[in-house]
Formats: sequence, C-alpha cells, structure tokens
Amino acid sequence: MLDLVGKRYYWFLLSILVIVPGMISLAVHGLRLSIDFTGGSLWELQMSRPVQPGEVRQVLVQNGVDDAIVQTADNNVVLIRMRELKEGSPEKDQLAQALRNAFGDFTELRLESVGPTLGTAIRNRAIIAVALTTIGILAYIAWAFRNTNNPFLYGIAAIIAMLHDVAVVVGIFSILGWLRGVEVDALFVTALLTVIGFSVHDTIVVFDRIRENLARRAAPTFEQIVNYSLVQTLVRSLNTSLTVVFTLLALYLLGGETIRNFVLALLIGIVSGTYSSIFNASQIVVVWENRELHRLFARLRRQHAPA
Amino acid sequence: MRIRPWQTLIVIILLSLAAIWVDLPGRPLDPFGWKENITVRQGLDLQGGIQLVLEARPPAGVQVTQEVLQGTRDTIERRVNGLGVSEPVIQTRGNNQILVELPGFQDPERAVRVLQRTALLEIIDTQGQFLPVGTIVNTTAGPANEAAATPTPTETTSATATTGATPTSVASAAGETPVATPEATPTPTATPTPSGPVYETIVTGADLKDAYPTTDQFGNLVVGFELKPEAADRFYQYTSTHIGQPMSIVVDKQVINTATIRDAIRDRGIIQGLSAQEVRDLALQLKSGALAVPLEVVQSRTVGPTLGQDSIQKSIIAGLVGLSLVALFMILYYRLPGFISVIALLLYTAYVFALFKLIPVVLTLPGIAGFILSIGMAVDANVLIFARIREELRLGRPIARAIEEGFNHAWPSIRDSNISTMISCMILFWFGRYVGATIIQGFALTLFIGVAVSMFTAIVVTRTLLRILLTRRIFRDVRWYGISPSQVATAPAPGD
Repeated sequence: MLDLVGKRYYWFLLSILVIVPGMISLAVHGLRLSIDFTGGSLWELQMSRPVQPGEVRQVLVQNGVDDAIVQTADNNVVLIRMRELKEGSPEKDQLAQALRNAFGDFTELRLESVGPTLGTAIRNRAIIAVALTTIGILAYIAWAFRNTNNPFLYGIAAIIAMLHDVAVVVGIFSILGWLRGVEVDALFVTALLTVIGFSVHDTIVVFDRIRENLARRAAPTFEQIVNYSLVQTLVRSLNTSLTVVFTLLALYLLGGETIRNFVLALLIGIVSGTYSSIFNASQIVVVWENRELHRLFARLRRQHAPA
Repeated sequence: MRIRPWQTLIVIILLSLAAIWVDLPGRPLDPFGWKENITVRQGLDLQGGIQLVLEARPPAGVQVTQEVLQGTRDTIERRVNGLGVSEPVIQTRGNNQILVELPGFQDPERAVRVLQRTALLEIIDTQGQFLPVGTIVNTTAGPANEAAATPTPTETTSATATTGATPTSVASAAGETPVATPEATPTPTATPTPSGPVYETIVTGADLKDAYPTTDQFGNLVVGFELKPEAADRFYQYTSTHIGQPMSIVVDKQVINTATIRDAIRDRGIIQGLSAQEVRDLALQLKSGALAVPLEVVQSRTVGPTLGQDSIQKSIIAGLVGLSLVALFMILYYRLPGFISVIALLLYTAYVFALFKLIPVVLTLPGIAGFILSIGMAVDANVLIFARIREELRLGRPIARAIEEGFNHAWPSIRDSNISTMISCMILFWFGRYVGATIIQGFALTLFIGVAVSMFTAIVVTRTLLRILLTRRIFRDVRWYGISPSQVATAPAPGD
C-alpha cells in the first residue's frame, strides 16, 4: 500500500517551502490593503477615447489630488485610486468637470468610497470573523469526535491544517501584491472564510475514516490505521477537489474582471486545503499520538546537556 | 422502515416540475399570475445602483440612542420611497450607522443630496428685522448646529425669489416680498451669525401635514405646504397680530425666504426662490420629515449599469462550462452512478435557482460565484458515496447491498463536513452585514443554500434513481459502476 504517513516529514517540509516565502514577503511588504480597509476611493471611468495614466494623473494633480494611482484597462477604462472622494461632494464635481474638459465625456462605471475610520472597523471585523469561524469549527469537531480518546486533538489538527491554508493564501497574495499590485479587499476575506470552511470539510472526511477504522481496529498500529484511512479517501479527496477546481478555473478564465482575484484566492485555498487535509492534518494526529515531539525535545535536551 | 423508491421518485418528479415552473420566465406558463412577483433580484453590482453608509454626527453632548437612530432610519426610508426606488435596503448598523442600498438608481448626487440633508424647516419671528436669504440663525428650536455649518451647495437662492409681490394671494405666507426694499435682492454670501440673537420658532417641520411641488401665480415652481390644525391655529394667531412685519422661512438654520406678512394666514403657504431640482428635493424632504440627527456619508459605492450586465453574461458562460466539465468528469470516472449524479446535479441547479427566486435571494457577482462553486461542491457527497460503493463492490458485496452500504457509511462524513461549511457561511453572513452588505451576504447565503440543497439531491435523488435502476437486471453488472469483474474481491480489506 502507498505509504503516506511514513513520509510525513517530507510533506511538512513541502508545506514549509511554500509558506516561508509568503511569510517573509508578509513580514517585509505586508499585504496591499484595498480601500475597504484603509479608507479612500476607487473610481472607475470609461473614457470616450484611449488615455494614458500619466495624462489622467496630471489632470488630478492640477486639481490638488497628488496621491492618486491611475491604471488603465481595456475599452478605455481608467481606474483611479485616491483619498476619499465623497459621492455628491463639490470636490467630485470639480474633478469630474476637469476630466471632462481634458478628455471629453466619460461614463462613470463605479465609485467606491470608504471613510478612514470605517476601514479600521472593517479590519477588526475581518479578524473577529476569522477567529469566530475557527472557534466554531473547533467546537463542532470536538463534539463530532467526542467518542475518540482525544477529541480536541482532531479539532486542533484540523485548525492547524486550516491555518496552513490561510498562511498559503495570505502569503501568496502578499507576494502578488508586491509583484503585481494585487489588493486584498473585503472579498478576499470572504474567500478566506470559504477556504477555511472547505479545508475543514475536507479534513473531516479523512478524520471520519480514521474514526471508523479505529473502531473496527482495521490495522495493528495507529500509524497504519491513519495511512490506510488516507489511502481509502485519497481518490475522493482528489476528485472533489478536481470538480471544484474545474468550476473555479472556468470562473477564473471566463468570469468577469471584478471577481478574478476573489476566484484566485479560492482556487489557491482549495488546492492548499486538499493538500493539507491529506498531507498535514492526519499526520499531525500521528505525530501527537506517537509523542514524536516529546522524543524530539528529549533528544535535544540530551544533546544540550553533555555529561 | 424503508420508503419505497417509487414513492420517493414521484415526490422528486413533482418537486422538480414545481422548481422548473418557478425557474422558467414568461407568461404562457402562468395563467393565474402567481409568478408575477417572483423575479430574480439583482444586487447592486449587477444592475448598478448606489450603496451608502450614513453615520450619525450628533452635535456635542448629544447621545444617539437606538430610538433616535430608528427614527432617522424611518425618515430615510420615507425619503427613499419618495425617490421611487424599487426594493431598496435601509438598515441600521451598529449604534450610529444607517445602510442604504438603492439598486438601479443612477443619480448618486441626488441620492446623497436628498438623504443626507437634515431638512429641519422653521418659520421664525424675526423680531421686525428683514433677514437676508442665506443668513444663518439661532432659533428657540435649537442653536445653529453642524447641519447648518455644512450647508449643501445648492442652497444659494436665486434673485427671482424676491421679485414677485403677491397682493392677491391670501394663502401665501412666504411669497410676499416687499417690492423695492433694499434687502429684496440679497446676496447669497450673507455672513453666518451663529452667535447672534435667538429668534422664536413659530412653526417647525413637525407641524407640516403635507408638502408638495406646485406653482405660484407667476408659474414659478415652489414648494407648497399645509399645516396640521393645531399648528394652523398657532400660525393664524401669530400672523394676525404681526401684519406688516417680516417673517422668515428657515431650513437647517439658514434663511430661505423672508417676506412681509400682509394678512392672517391659517394653514397653507409656499416656499419660493428655489430651482426646480431644489423644489423637488425639499418637498420630498419636508414631507418625509427632518432627520433627528445630522448624518454624514462614510462609505459609498456607485456602480454603473453596464459593468454588471457584462459580468452576468461572463458568469453564465463560466457556469455552463464549469457544469459541463464536472458532468463530463463524473460520467467518465464513475460511469452509471456518475451519469445519475449529473441528473441530480441538474435538478440541484433547478432547485437552487427556484429557491433564489422564492426567498428571494439578492443575486450578486460573488453570489453567482458562490453558486458556481457550490456546483463543484455539490457532487462531493456523490463522490464520497460512489467511492464507498466501489470499495464495497471490490470486497465482493452484491450491488444492491454495496449501494446501500455506500450511502450509509458516507453519511457521517457528508453531514460533518457540510456542517463545517455552513458554520463558516453563517459567520460570513454576519461579517457581510458590516462590510459589503448584500454583496458578501449574497455569497454566504447562496453557498449555504447550495450546501443544504446538495445534501438532498446528492443523497435522496441519486439513491432513489439508483434503487429504481437496480430493479432492472441489466444494471446489476459491476461494469456499469466503473470496475471490471476481475477486480472484485481481489483486494480484501485488512481486518475485515
């Protein structure tokens, strides 16, 4: 039979190799936060002729807006990020008029404005939401696995696997923010919470098998039972993941621009969630049950305390 | 207790017909007009529109209680209804915010202008002074507060207001401006005098019975108003004793009109000197009542209509492609059960869409993404069951038994895993209320409905269809289930 559990430290290493660059990027560059969190405005206009970002920026600077970031997209679309521009304010009228004078008429596709204090509130809510989800799922798993001899172990292993997925997605988005200017917005938090749900969903299926095989004493050692359960659920895990990846890929490639980063976060999270439920969650349970950390620490202590 | 598969099948068929009937648009299928109010509600990001978060900015020392906030919300709702928006959302949020969503409304400037202004009307006794238009005053109803300190830019009054003396109009309280008075053509740049004298308020906006746009005898558009009986008596008493003296109409502590009282006035009056747009807005605001507390826009989202329509088409194509890929994969990998799961998946889409219409769920772009994502997740339960069935078949169990075992063993996993997704959906729904409102809540709701319905279709529908197929001898060959006869019972499970 395929030995997945025996190679557990290789799987952990692979996870670390994916997570560490992201965490370094997070420590150095952080995340590129959108106006949802920082406050400010996002103004999307469709001009009647092609324009250069520089020209638009120049008009803005002439009207006292010197911190704007201007991007252009297909179909003469201009995206302006700037400090809060209130809807219906005289400042907005003035800017719109200046842009009209410079580039002719335009269609206003959208204007999103968030006040600076609200941004902080939203950031706090996002953190509370992630924490609540974590606690809710931990409680449910502990309850669902109450008949095993260590119910919280399964809950904690599932949470570690979930934090792994959060770390992968956040890390990759930190790198993308740094290299490609990808922003993290409220939809990103939505994707993250969905990934958390999916990751645990996947992990629970494997744990259920372990629970069932433990009850039947399907193999002589705990390690073998876990491995057997993993092999049994492997095809299912991959197939489920595949069907979800199919639909998300279709959305990513064919869906609209506005949700592309949202779908990308889901895609990364779901691939990571599948990996972590097969290669991390159950392996953590084995590491714990075998008291491998105890042995590791004991060995380290012996080395550091020469006779 | 075993329910017969044929009975379940009849229930499924009836449910499916009902769902398809709800899903399909058009009149021919709807002779009694039952479906008229059942439509897909499109969110802001799809049909365009405006979302505003208004935050209370009370004057120093004033507390915003829940009653005040609720009252303000009701005022806002009346104003929104006056704007003629269908299916608006108006909610209080936390202890000092009001969320307003106006789907399909395409004039953000007007929305902000109409909703944000306090619009406290007062008619004041000017103590014999002729106050120029634009003067900011203190009244007995309260000092000039922040609402007056930030007047809307449209509040400058044109000079035409002061040209018409109206000797024939008894009913006009405000239209009577003395001709050839120097103050009759005031400059809008009157200096604010917040520390000046306190004028007595005779009538406030709360005394109004009605307000409406109308025309004066010169054909100028004006705001007409009507007073409640008790206020009318008070007004009559005041005007009858002050004939020949000036009187001012003030909105948010700023003088809009000043006129000389010619006759005793009881219950009707007009407010002159406003542009057509201002008349329309002020009439609506006065009719809806003044805001109990000044508001400021802290968040806004305006989406034009074109952006969303383009996204809908793209999403539909993406959804169809995703659905086809999943169907193809399931049939190729799981053969007959795979084919049945595709039927279940199609029914799933029909049920979910019918529920979206019936509840109704506000469909947003992330909501559509959540729906498409749930298509991928909906087959998960089937994947679990079919994988289990194959295992049981390999162990050499007869097909009927293998299928029952597959369903029974897969059930705890399906239940536990779906509950964890539902937990995150519920927290997302809470989170969404404070952030993107309907946009994120739409996602949480569609995903939740998707997961719940998929449990039904993946388990009840597939199981029933498989049981019925098994009554035919020809479907009892293991090759229909994607394994060759040589594989059967060659892989005994350890410990089994």
